[in-house]
Amino acid sequence: MSASSGGGPAASAVAPPRRAGGGTPVHQLGNNVVVFVADLGRMARFAVEVVRATARRPLRFGRLVDEVFDVGVLSLPIVLGSGLAVGMVLGLQGYDTLVRFGAEESLGAVVGLSLIRELGPVLTGLLVTGRAGSAVAAEIGSMVASEQLDGLRMMSIDPVHLVVKSKALALLLAMPLLSALFICTALFGGYLVGVGVLGVDGGGYLSSLESAVGFREDVAGSLTKALVFGALVGLVATYRGYRSRPTSEGVSAATTATVVMASVAILVLDLFITALWGV
Amino acid sequence: MVGLFVIVGLAALGYLSLQVGGLSWNAPGGLVIYARFDEIGGLKVRAPVVIAGVKVGQVTDVRLDDTLRARVTLDVDPTVEIPADSSAAIRTSGVLGDQFVAIEPGADTRRLGAGEELMYTQSALSLERVIGRFVTGENEEDGQ
Repeated sequence: MSASSGGGPAASAVAPPRRAGGGTPVHQLGNNVVVFVADLGRMARFAVEVVRATARRPLRFGRLVDEVFDVGVLSLPIVLGSGLAVGMVLGLQGYDTLVRFGAEESLGAVVGLSLIRELGPVLTGLLVTGRAGSAVAAEIGSMVASEQLDGLRMMSIDPVHLVVKSKALALLLAMPLLSALFICTALFGGYLVGVGVLGVDGGGYLSSLESAVGFREDVAGSLTKALVFGALVGLVATYRGYRSRPTSEGVSAATTATVVMASVAILVLDLFITALWGV
Repeated sequence: MVGLFVIVGLAALGYLSLQVGGLSWNAPGGLVIYARFDEIGGLKVRAPVVIAGVKVGQVTDVRLDDTLRARVTLDVDPTVEIPADSSAAIRTSGVLGDQFVAIEPGADTRRLGAGEELMYTQSALSLERVIGRFVTGENEEDGQ
């Protein structure tokens, strides 16, 4: 908060360049970095607040169920549809490469490993960001704009506890389930193309899939990724909405920022998880 | 509707973990046996263990023992009764396929217990060695 109001001697020295167009590019760059880091810090504090609110009673289970419906059930059509398409593409592409080595029996392993380790969690994360994350940010943002959250505070109801927590939690819980459904549909799509169209042996597809994929190395990693991405989208979407400027412009900016930030963060975090734990 | 979503989602997770991920093989209660090979080629952890072509377990560990031979740990379905004098061989599925351990059952009436070692093993076939032997006309017996 102190950073946003330009507190501290170092920050006040570069206070004028806060306006766009003023100061040297170096000033602006430094300024942007300061703003970005301050924003990250506020987001971390917001995350702590959300976690505390989750532990606090009442649990508001009914609200959580409603939110899981909005975030999870309503995302099913696009997640399943995309999953089927991605699986079919993987089937076609994988076959094309494998058939040169006469190893088309390994199609199941190729499709399964790429889906479970990478594409399942990442693409589901991006889809859920676009479909549900943006909606969550816009909803909370318009609550801010219409001063509903201030109204709640006036009645001494913590808006984080009533509104934010169930939305963030719903995104966290729905993501692994959606990711698993995405992967299963995509495996089916790969099977359809591989076995139905390209004439790969069905048993070979399934057995190469099952022998190549391990629980600890692949499935658990996939689950971890989905959980991390769910927490990330939940946090970014609610934070952006909560902190949006109380104007219609502010709400749209918050929605855009949610999609951009969460998508980029998913892809970057995916690299880190893969590099550090090799899943 | 939400309940259905959660159930179907958990079912998908379960399918991935148990069927595709083969979680049950890692569960405690699997019969752990050992086999020592002179040469394991490209055998990797999680390679399947088969009897008569049917998968009955997997390789859980590969390490070098004191005598500089490869000690392979096999986790096998405990309901399969393996005769104590069975032998293990490392085979390859197809030309470019992965390597796996094939157990050939012996005739002993005593079955192999947990922690025991397969006595007779046949090492991985190294194509280079076969070609080398063919070229030099050498004909020594490899393995045991």
